[in-house]
Amino acid sequence: MKIRSQVSMVFHLDKCIGCHTCSVACKNIWTDREGAEYMWWNNVETKPGVGFPTQWEDQDKYHGGWELEDKPKDPTLKLKLQNRLQTFTNLFSNPAMPTMDDYYEPWTYNYSDLFNSPLGNDQPTARPISRIDGKPIDIESGPNWDDDLGGSNIYAVNDPLLKDMSAEEKQRLFSIEQLFYFYMPRICNHCLNAACGAACPSGAIYKRAEDGVVLINQDKCRGWRMCVSACPYKKTYYNWSTGKSEKCILCYPRLETGQAPACFHSCVGRIRYLGVLLYDADQIPDALKVPDEQLVERQRQMILDPHDPKVVAAAKESGVPDGVITAAQNSPVYRYVKEWELALPLHPEYRTLPMLFYVPPLLPVLNATQSNGTQRVETDLFSSLESARVPVRYMSRTLSGGNDELVIKSYQKMIAVRIYKRAETVGDVTAEEAAAALAKAGMTAEEAEAIYRLTSLPTYQERFVIPPYSREGDIEEVYDPQQRKAETGFGKRQGPQRGL
Amino acid sequence: MADILLFIVFPYVAVALAVGGTVYRYLTNQYSFTSLSSQFLESELQFWGSTLWHYGIIPTLLIHMAGFTIPKVMAALHSTPETLYMAELAGKILGLMALVGAGAMIVRRLTFSKIRAVTTPADWVVLFLLFMQVFFGMWIAFGYRWGAVWFLHAATPWVVSLATFQPSVASVTALPLVIKLHFLNGVLLITIFPFGRLVHMVSFPVSYLWRRFQLVIWTRRKVI
Repeated sequence: MKIRSQVSMVFHLDKCIGCHTCSVACKNIWTDREGAEYMWWNNVETKPGVGFPTQWEDQDKYHGGWELEDKPKDPTLKLKLQNRLQTFTNLFSNPAMPTMDDYYEPWTYNYSDLFNSPLGNDQPTARPISRIDGKPIDIESGPNWDDDLGGSNIYAVNDPLLKDMSAEEKQRLFSIEQLFYFYMPRICNHCLNAACGAACPSGAIYKRAEDGVVLINQDKCRGWRMCVSACPYKKTYYNWSTGKSEKCILCYPRLETGQAPACFHSCVGRIRYLGVLLYDADQIPDALKVPDEQLVERQRQMILDPHDPKVVAAAKESGVPDGVITAAQNSPVYRYVKEWELALPLHPEYRTLPMLFYVPPLLPVLNATQSNGTQRVETDLFSSLESARVPVRYMSRTLSGGNDELVIKSYQKMIAVRIYKRAETVGDVTAEEAAAALAKAGMTAEEAEAIYRLTSLPTYQERFVIPPYSREGDIEEVYDPQQRKAETGFGKRQGPQRGL
Repeated sequence: MADILLFIVFPYVAVALAVGGTVYRYLTNQYSFTSLSSQFLESELQFWGSTLWHYGIIPTLLIHMAGFTIPKVMAALHSTPETLYMAELAGKILGLMALVGAGAMIVRRLTFSKIRAVTTPADWVVLFLLFMQVFFGMWIAFGYRWGAVWFLHAATPWVVSLATFQPSVASVTALPLVIKLHFLNGVLLITIFPFGRLVHMVSFPVSYLWRRFQLVIWTRRKVI
């Protein structure tokens, strides 16, 4: 057993209100620069919808992620983008490279026109101008261009996940007063089997062993852009000005000083949880060679119980510090992902082992069968889910590699928690009904109470259990701080500027 | 005297600048080593320009290198008329590919305003010199036949004499002007190597052929 720790994340979609505060916090800190204006290391999508970049889930177009070669005896994993040799033949022009049209052309407004225009009969306007060549542009797309346009016949209908859904299911998603959509915030998944890193010709993309954050070494990156194509989530971006690729760094400077990443910290709906997961790195190759529907369960198997003395001993042997093990034991992510099995990874079928998990959105489910405006709690859970506005199949295609059962199980638990709390606080549901709901979901009252507490009433410290990094120790051990100061000074040698 | 300056002093200065400058730049500003690709802003013409250029120029460069380093093998390869025809034909095709590619890249940078926005003066110098180099090369290939053979008796002795520190311009002085221009432009390209985007050549990712797919790195710790 080779045990590693991974700073992992849970996004509780049922709580997301789609306010984009996370995106703005991230943008202000990291990507408010020339060449990075179009990047959204954190973005919030309306689903069903086309997403950002447009139709990023269409891997026939973008060739992201991994593929399992169809050999029953010895299945091998390969990049969908290209093999090693093709990397060299495609080096000079990347055939699967998304271009600026797939994102949007960043723009600003010619504000000085408002002040400098000569006196005239018309009020001066600030025209939009491109932030690349400074020329006036017609804005035809932008970040969150299809925001809130679930059910749209122009945007949402082009969602790649709808491609092979039945007409009846689509009808349900697009008919007025029945349509359903939800928000999906996305950051880098900090995958265990990152396709971006595997595709990088320069070997610039690496995973930090201490916390699993995936980073691009900016000095080693040579701008071949294979990571942009290979990442199935399209979460590495090419900086057109500096000629380097960039991605979410999980605010590691904040993590190292005990703060939550900016998008987590600023989240208004408090939907985000961050904590350590201990996993067995030796299981990674086998965990990737199972059929799509089994991927989530296999990934859960890899994640180990930090309370198990055997796991703790093995973790210590693998070099995981005591403080990190303690953090893993208090991790809210462990509870959502493994203990309660509520949270699911985004598109496990891309086989990158993403370490960001989503609790599926529940909200419209309950009043699906009650369309007269009253909200009587549905107690026959299974049937209500099947006739729910949220199509389970859409969620399972998003979050469980097509395994409906896992999504239904997660929903059953969430509904049971609601009924249980409803019986306790409102009282229009009997205790027997609540008990029956819990039994159906296969959970105890204590578990329901714990889920309720961590979902609705968590404190900052409960949502973000950041492991101790002891970075100051690392530096002191290697170098005398005074010597380090004299040799390298503070910070980076030069700003991220384009070379000659 | 001019020949000594141009064909002995200039090459030595060029190589010294190229090696010293590239090492210095690598050590002090590795961040600036990148392909500086603009495919993100324009993809279609980039495919034709970049692919034709690189697929044309890299084999051409390697063949030139072979002419300098293993002249006897190259001479043996061109010893029959059939192989000589083939060599001349292959060289001309590769050269034309590079010429068309470089031309496409120049047109692309001139016509697309977004590409112009990410073009520095150094890019223009590099692109112009590269185009001229291939242009002179093609002039020679079409104007002075059987270059595959006389290359070994004109260019090789000069380069070998420089490389072995016994400089001699004997094989160069009597050559036609366009060939001399090809040589000098080549030396000029070596001179400007560390000052522009040409440094991306040294980042050719050979190690990708064998490296592990996933890289996991621990923070450096003191070994006691």
